[in-house]
Amino acid sequence: MSDAVVMSGGVHAEPGMRVYNQKLGMWVFLTSEVMFFTGLIGSYLILRSAPGVEWALPGEVLNVPLTAFNTFILICSSVTMVKAFAAIESGDQKGLRLYLVATVVLGAFFVGVQGFEYYKLIEEGFLPHCGEELAALVPSCHLYGSTFYTMTGFHGTHVSIGVLCMIWVTVKAFRGKYTQGDHGGVEVIGLYWHFVDLVWILLFTIVYLI
Amino acid sequence: MEGKKQPYMFIFGALAVLTVVEVGVAFIGLPRTLTIWVLVFLAVWKALLVALYFMHLKFEPLRLVLLAAAPLPLPFVLVLIVLVEYAR
Repeated sequence: MSDAVVMSGGVHAEPGMRVYNQKLGMWVFLTSEVMFFTGLIGSYLILRSAPGVEWALPGEVLNVPLTAFNTFILICSSVTMVKAFAAIESGDQKGLRLYLVATVVLGAFFVGVQGFEYYKLIEEGFLPHCGEELAALVPSCHLYGSTFYTMTGFHGTHVSIGVLCMIWVTVKAFRGKYTQGDHGGVEVIGLYWHFVDLVWILLFTIVYLI
Repeated sequence: MEGKKQPYMFIFGALAVLTVVEVGVAFIGLPRTLTIWVLVFLAVWKALLVALYFMHLKFEPLRLVLLAAAPLPLPFVLVLIVLVEYAR
C-alpha cells in the first residue's frame, strides 16, 4: 500500500490508478458512455455523409436560438456543480447546498426546454416518420427525424437521470452527510454531470449547427 | 487541485463566448466546408475545457487521463473507415 495517497475528500486512493474506487468506477462507466455516444454520433455522421442524401440546413427545421439558450443553461449548471464541489472542498456547507440546488433547478429547466422543443417539433410534424409537407422540404426527413430523436432523446434521458441523482445528493447534503474530509459522492456525481454537458456541447454543434 | 484557486468563472466565460461564436459562425454564410471545420474546432475546444477544468483531468494522474482518452480513437476509426468506403 505504499502507493496509496489521500485524495481530495479524504478518501484513500487505491494503488495503481491512485484514485478512490468510486471515482475510478465512474471514470470506467464514463469511458463506456463515450463508446455509446460514439456509436450514435458516428452513425449519424455516416448516414449524413452518404452520397445523394440531403439534410436540412441549420435553422431550417430545428430552433437553434432556443437550443443555444438551453446549451447556455447546461453550461451554467456545470459551473454551479463545480462550484458546489469547490465549496465542500473548503468546508462551506451553505455553499454546497446552494450550488447543488441551483444545479438541480438548471438541469430540470434544461429537460423542460427540451420537452417544449419536442412538443413544438412534433406539432410541426417533425417525427421519425414525418408528414408529406415536411418530407417535400427535407427529402431525408425520416432519417433526419430518427437520428435527431435518438441522439437528443438518449442525451435527455442521461440528463434526467443526472437530475434524479443530483436530487439524492442534494438531500444528503442538506442532511449534512458531506464534509470537507469526505465528499466523494459530490465529486462522482459531478463527473457524470460534466460528462453530459460535454456530450451536449458536441451534439449541439453536430446536430443543430452543422 | 486541492487548495488552489481554480479559474472556473473564466472557463464559464470562455464557454459562453465560444457558444455565441459557434452560433454566429453557423449563420454568417461562410463556405460550407470552412463552417464545418471551424465549428468542429470550437466544439472540441469547449469539450476540452470542460474535461480539463470542470472534470479536473488536468490535475489527475496520467494513468487516469489515459483511461479517459482510451475510447477517443474509436470515433475516428468508425467514421474514417465508412467515409473511405463511400469514396470508393
